[in-house]
This record gives sequence, structure tokens and C-alpha cells, in this order.
Amino acid sequence: MPTMTTTTETHLVREGSELDRREFFTKLGLGSLGVATAGTLAFYYQYLSPNVLFEPSPIVNAGALDRYPLGSVTLDVNSAIYLVHLAEGYFSLSAICTHLGCMTAWKPELNMIACPCHGSRFSEEGQKLAGPAPRPLPWLKTWMSDDGELMVDRSVTIPQFQFLRV
Amino acid sequence: MPGTIETYFDKLERTRVWRSIFRSGKGTSTLHNALAIQQNVFLHLFPTKVRKRMLGLGATWYLGTLTLGTFIVLVVTGILLMLYYHPSVPRAYSDVKDLQFAVSSGLFLRNLHRWSAHAMVFLAFAHMFRVFYRGAYRAPREFNWVVGVFLLLVTLLLSYTGYLLPWDQLAYWAITVGTNISSAVPLIGDKIRFLLLGGHLVNANALLRFYVLHCVILPLTAVVFLAVHFWRIRKDGGLYVRESEPGAASHEQQSSNEEQKTR
Repeated sequence: MPTMTTTTETHLVREGSELDRREFFTKLGLGSLGVATAGTLAFYYQYLSPNVLFEPSPIVNAGALDRYPLGSVTLDVNSAIYLVHLAEGYFSLSAICTHLGCMTAWKPELNMIACPCHGSRFSEEGQKLAGPAPRPLPWLKTWMSDDGELMVDRSVTIPQFQFLRV
Repeated sequence: MPGTIETYFDKLERTRVWRSIFRSGKGTSTLHNALAIQQNVFLHLFPTKVRKRMLGLGATWYLGTLTLGTFIVLVVTGILLMLYYHPSVPRAYSDVKDLQFAVSSGLFLRNLHRWSAHAMVFLAFAHMFRVFYRGAYRAPREFNWVVGVFLLLVTLLLSYTGYLLPWDQLAYWAITVGTNISSAVPLIGDKIRFLLLGGHLVNANALLRFYVLHCVILPLTAVVFLAVHFWRIRKDGGLYVRESEPGAASHEQQSSNEEQKTR
């Protein structure tokens, strides 16, 4: 009888350890699959995000000040910015509509900026007048270069009504 | 003379080459007919037996089949258009113009591609309305409805990515607006737009990415979903027949009984 008990016990122990080993390898396998999946996703994400972009510089040289007479709103189509000269001073606005990114246009006969895509309208200071646009047109960082030319950084927005006084 | 042609086919069907390809053998028995479907890699997706009434126009208006038809037209014309189109900023617009005015039959192929694309979107919607109002989306066909919804999304994405390729003003601003919509996704929106365009602007990278999506990734996705979609028709007991309709065969009854058993 004692011998029988021993065999059962050893059997039980072996069975238990076998299950543990199986569980261990299952977890190891699933874990390494998970790590490999995460690595693959990171690999794809990095590959699909370009590191070098051949895009125009955000800094634009808008030329000499006298190109912008008092009371004028000038659209530079290539850089999608407005150069505005009012009594308070110079400033520049992004011409990209804050609704869905279309390029707006200055309508001198209406004295407002209008978007052709979904009908948003803005004042010459970028304030929203009508339409679906959620925000006013952003004011862009504007300064004068050492050569006396107007410079605009399209990647930096500034609070509204910060005029450049010359 | 017809006799001669018949004997010619008869001989052909007995040749070793023919019989190595079509192994179901010669014969008109139900078994032979079933094997001809079941042993063909393309046809085996479909049921070996169909109710005769379901092959009529009234049963489905052929809307699903017509959607597939436009897809096949789009694949064929699309591959032909690819032979003249370069997905690069200096070439894209002028290549489309060349297709219209300089390439023989280019105008026909481009228009066929364009109108088939419109027709496919229309037919996909019509097919879904038809399935919905007949109630054919219900158990056991819910999963095939879900596959169909994915196919609709792939169809719309194919339309959208194809929109950019002519690289004209309409294309440029449509993709500007569309990708700005994707950047409205909370938290990761701007990242999605950046990955979709391969940059911050609709530019050379965006054109190439949309081209690859339009010509490779999305059509392959569509084919995979289409295969599942057709195969599920067979697996879900064939085309849907209302129980009140004449000839709603015992098969439908059986499958619903089986389903109740398994529940």
C-alpha cells in the first residue's frame, strides 16, 4: 500500500509541473508574439513618418514695406498669407480657412476675406463674420529683417491685434 | 456542321490535358453539375444549387452582381490607365490630359473608369437598401452584412483616393478638405493626417501615397472582403427567401432549426 501512495504522489507532482511548464511556454509564446506585434507596429509607424520633408520653409520674406500701402490687404498665393497694413501697423494673417483648410481670398468690394469652399467670411483682422469656421484666422509672427523687409513665420501664431509698428 | 463541332468538343473534353484541369468529369447528372461548381477554385465560393426563382431579376435586381461587374470594369480599365499615368507632381496632370487627348481610346478608358466608379458607389448603396428592406441582413446573415459595410467603406475610400490622382484644382482642394476632416479625430487626428499625406501639405508624397492606396492596398483589401462576402452567401444558406414567399424551401427551415439547436 505505501508504494502505491508514492506512485500517485509522484504522478500528481509530475502532472502539476507539466501543466506549469505548458502554461509557461504558452505565456512565453504569446508574450513574444505581442512584443513582435508591437515592434512591427512601431516599425511601420516610423517607416511611414517621413524624417526629411521637401516642403517650403515656414519663414517667408514678404519683401519691402512699401509694397503694402496703408489700408491694403495683400494675399500671397504661394505662401497662403495675407499682409495687412492698417493705421495701427502691419500684421500678417494665415489665409488657410480654419474650417477645413481651403485658401481664402480677399474681396475688396465686400471689404472682407471669403472662403470659396464652404462660405466662411472673415474681417480684414481675421475675425469670423459668418460661416462654419470655428476660429478666427490666426495672426502669424511678423517682424522686420535687418534689410528692412517684412518677414513672416507661418509656424508661429501670435495673439490677435499685436501690430508691427514701424 | 454543328455535329462536327460537338464531336470536336467531345474529343477535347476527353483529352488528358482537359481532364487534368477539369476533374469533375463529363456528364449531366446532378452530381456532375455540383462537382463542376464545387471543384472550381473560383466557383466553389458559390452554392452548388440555387433556387431557380432566385436567378430571376425580381429576386435581387442583380444589384450585388452589378456592383461586382463595375468593380471588374474598374480593375481592368484601372490597370490600363496605370500604363500611361505617372504619380508625380510634374507628370500627373499632363498624363491625364494626354490620356484624354493623345492616347488612342484613352478618353474612352478614362471615362469608363470614372463612370464605373460613380456607378459602383450608387449600386453598392442600392444593393444595401435592397438587402435592408427585404430584411436579408437578419440572422444568420448578420456577419455578411458587416462584411458588406466594410466593402462599402473600401468602395468609398477607393473613390476618395482616386479623386486626387488627376492632380487638378478640384482634386487638390478635395483632398485638403478631406484630410483636414481626418485631423478632427481627437488626440491622434493630426498624426493621421501626417501619415496619410506623408507630410504637412498635399504634395508629392501625398500623391504617391494615394496612388499606392488606390492601385494596390485598397483593391487587394476589396478582393479579400469580396471573397468572404460571396462565400458567406453559400455558408448562410444561399440567397435570402422570405418564409411567406412561394418555394421558401425546406433548406431555409432546416438552417434556422439548426441555428435554434445550437443556441
